[in-house]
Amino acid sequence: MTQQTIDRRSFLRISLLTSGALVVGVASPGWLEAGEHDDERWVPNLYVRIDPDGTITIVSKNPEAGQGVKTAFPMVVAECLNVDWRDVKIEQAPLDDRYGRQVVGGSRGTPDGWNDLRVAGTAACHVLTRAAAGQWGVAASACTASGGAIHHEASGRSLRYQALLEAAARLPAPDVADLDLKSRPEDFTLLGTFVPGVDNPQILTGKPLFGCDVRLDGMLYAVFEKCPTFGGRVRRANVEQIRSQPGVTHAFVVEGTDNAAGLQPGVAIVAETWWEANNARRHLRVDWDTDHADSTAGYDTRAEALRGERGETLRADGDVERALDRSKQLVEASYYYPFVAHANMEPQNCTARFDAAQNRIELWAPSQHPRGGRELIAATLRIPERNIHVNLTRIGGGFGRRLRNDFMVEAAWIARETGRPVQLQWTREDDLGHDFYRPAAWHHFRAGIDDAGRMQAFDHHFVTFGSRGRTVSGAGLSPGHYPAGLVKNFRLRQSLVETNVPTGPWRSPGHSAYCWAYQGFFDEVALAAGRDALEFRLDLLSRHYGEPPLDLERTSDTLRLAAEKAGWGRRVLAANRGLGMAFHFDHGGFVSHVAEVEADGNRIRVDKVWSAADVGPILNLSGARNQVEGCVVDALSTAQLEITFANGAVEQGNFDDYELLRIGQAPEIECHFIQSENSPTGLGEPPIAAATPAITNAIYAATGKRIRELPFSRAGIALL
Amino acid sequence: MSKVTLRINGQDHKLDIPAGMPLLWALRDKLDLVGTKYSCGIGTCGTCTVLVNGAPVRSCVMPATGMAGMEITTIEGLDSDGAHPVQRAWNDEDVPQCGYCQGGQILTATALLRDNPDPDDEAIDGAMSGVMCRCGTYPRIRKAIRRAARYAADESGETS
Ligand code: FES
Ligand code: FES
Repeated sequence: MTQQTIDRRSFLRISLLTSGALVVGVASPGWLEAGEHDDERWVPNLYVRIDPDGTITIVSKNPEAGQGVKTAFPMVVAECLNVDWRDVKIEQAPLDDRYGRQVVGGSRGTPDGWNDLRVAGTAACHVLTRAAAGQWGVAASACTASGGAIHHEASGRSLRYQALLEAAARLPAPDVADLDLKSRPEDFTLLGTFVPGVDNPQILTGKPLFGCDVRLDGMLYAVFEKCPTFGGRVRRANVEQIRSQPGVTHAFVVEGTDNAAGLQPGVAIVAETWWEANNARRHLRVDWDTDHADSTAGYDTRAEALRGERGETLRADGDVERALDRSKQLVEASYYYPFVAHANMEPQNCTARFDAAQNRIELWAPSQHPRGGRELIAATLRIPERNIHVNLTRIGGGFGRRLRNDFMVEAAWIARETGRPVQLQWTREDDLGHDFYRPAAWHHFRAGIDDAGRMQAFDHHFVTFGSRGRTVSGAGLSPGHYPAGLVKNFRLRQSLVETNVPTGPWRSPGHSAYCWAYQGFFDEVALAAGRDALEFRLDLLSRHYGEPPLDLERTSDTLRLAAEKAGWGRRVLAANRGLGMAFHFDHGGFVSHVAEVEADGNRIRVDKVWSAADVGPILNLSGARNQVEGCVVDALSTAQLEITFANGAVEQGNFDDYELLRIGQAPEIECHFIQSENSPTGLGEPPIAAATPAITNAIYAATGKRIRELPFSRAGIALL
Repeated sequence: MSKVTLRINGQDHKLDIPAGMPLLWALRDKLDLVGTKYSCGIGTCGTCTVLVNGAPVRSCVMPATGMAGMEITTIEGLDSDGAHPVQRAWNDEDVPQCGYCQGGQILTATALLRDNPDPDDEAIDGAMSGVMCRCGTYPRIRKAIRRAARYAADESGETS
């Protein structure tokens, strides 16, 4: 039961709950556009609640995978509401249509939320200020808000927010257009400061928080064996024998579907404890029906054959062939990077409880895209979406893997079959063997340099992966991507190697791979032209042909800043040390890095990385730095790794042959931010792309070895 | 099934354990102590680290039945309010990203500081190299260990 003040002109609603709490909600524009103005169904996509005891509760609607949204977003509300951060509590929302987009991915959380978050906080502060002004009989403009109270300086009076809740609820909701939203970094007091994550108290004491921490009454544990060769179906399996293994309660074949990102065929084993379920798996014998035998060697052969072909022209500006013919110098090189896995530290898992009488199911899912999971379950199990309730748990690493919800539909299916609550937990081997991999690719470049040392022709043959003539997920390259638009004569051609392997978005999809190839090749061109790597890049970013492919000024500024902090051009380095640089732009963020490498023969250490990022204003300084540091470490780690295939299956099994970077190999990282009034954008992805080439360019400077193939081991380079 | 009494975080637990079950799963599935996490199951990543008589041990490869009579500390038992110097330092440096590996990191750091109250970077890297972090929190782990060393020194200064 609520008393409500409704203002239909805005997306806002202010209500007083029977508990005496004041609630300010912001509805998504989509809800209004859909014409659903029915009051009963109105639930904000975001709200802030002030309780009579002064506690401020802010709902966090997006899943948290370590990108820090659960801390940074409420900080925005608290900033605009002018309250003390210590009085703020965060509530994790379940999946609910009325919250709008609930996805971790594409670094979109920050830009999506910026307006609504500020509106919610500012509107609440607006009515509280007016309520106080009304009680005192003074103008609202004579009052200020800070520390959770309204102050009237002239008379020295103050009122805490909790004393104003009823009066504030009686006021009309302000028109969103009238609200003065803070946007300049210099106006922030909380935003831009170093705030520890809101889940830290639970993380640091080992409280249940993650998907695999869920415990339900009567819950069983499951493993799910799928065909090592992607898409293989079960002909026969010795499930009878498995059922007699210690602790095992159920074992059955799941016929599955053809959807590689859905319910795959396999065998489920359910037991009293997870270890017993997994232990029984040692005795499992499955006769698989497979119809392909993709292999890395086969891909290589096919790519080599495609190399000399013309491919499909995706973009052609000017006349590349003629310009190449006429250039003073021609630079040619090919770059290759392999498939890689996501390797989230928390292997995929999901917990489900099915209620047969009601045909309802409840899930606890570490998913980056829970709505996609709900749709998948609805379609596969034929349960209406309204009967599927998804609780969002903290996610032990996303990186794009958990945008796919195969683990959710598996848990749902197994829970329905067994009639008991079930927690499905993948092993590390399941996880590495059934990922949606970042696809490999070959980049064949030719550049023409004119008399002035400028790159005036750029020809690029991109050999990537496809299925039935279309690029597979994560394998595409936009024809608008730089250096298109920066070079007068430009051509992009594409050829496709057929694959049956599941691929998908991997942290900063595409960018995190091909930026390395471009920025490595730029260094080669600069070197051939006898130009400094910084000066060459700044010159490249100084003009454009047609629409610029990225904001030239913001990009250049990050490059200059990183170079300046690293002492580029000003330091004399020992012969076995070198600096390397790269810039990039993706997902709304501009990031440049300079890396310093020390070499002992072919063994290297990345000592330090200077990073400069422009993502608008910084919300949480700690979270922002964490993402930059994490991306740099991820880039170096991933550059040592490779997923290979034989007989249609992954050859790597566990961390012993897919070994992530260790602490001793991690560089020191110094982050600098260029802050502006531009809308903030996310940092989960943009810092990774340029980190890899900054490092390999530094390796060249230190060793004279140009890395044109990843992982480093292919070039005979190892980390100290 | 074998009967065993495990001493975990100062409390005795009498358990019926399937033969061969590692400590990790006894903690997680028999005792619902889910702070100790699974990631590789073969002893390479250190995520599942617990302290046994104060030393870091990979619980995923340690049969539970062999642990009788030993003092086992899990992340839940370090300080349930997070007041241990290592936990405080971890919060103040805001080390966690996803947080999944952090229990293993914290317990390994605790053991390091017990043996070496003022470790340099080399000692830190040496002791911590067994615990992987996919999110790349390594630079902060170094800082947090140095901070924890200061907190611990301050505490012992106060009490002496
Ligand atoms: S889970 Fe035990 S070492 Fe990885
Ligand atoms: S914080 Fe995510 S794995 Fe370490």
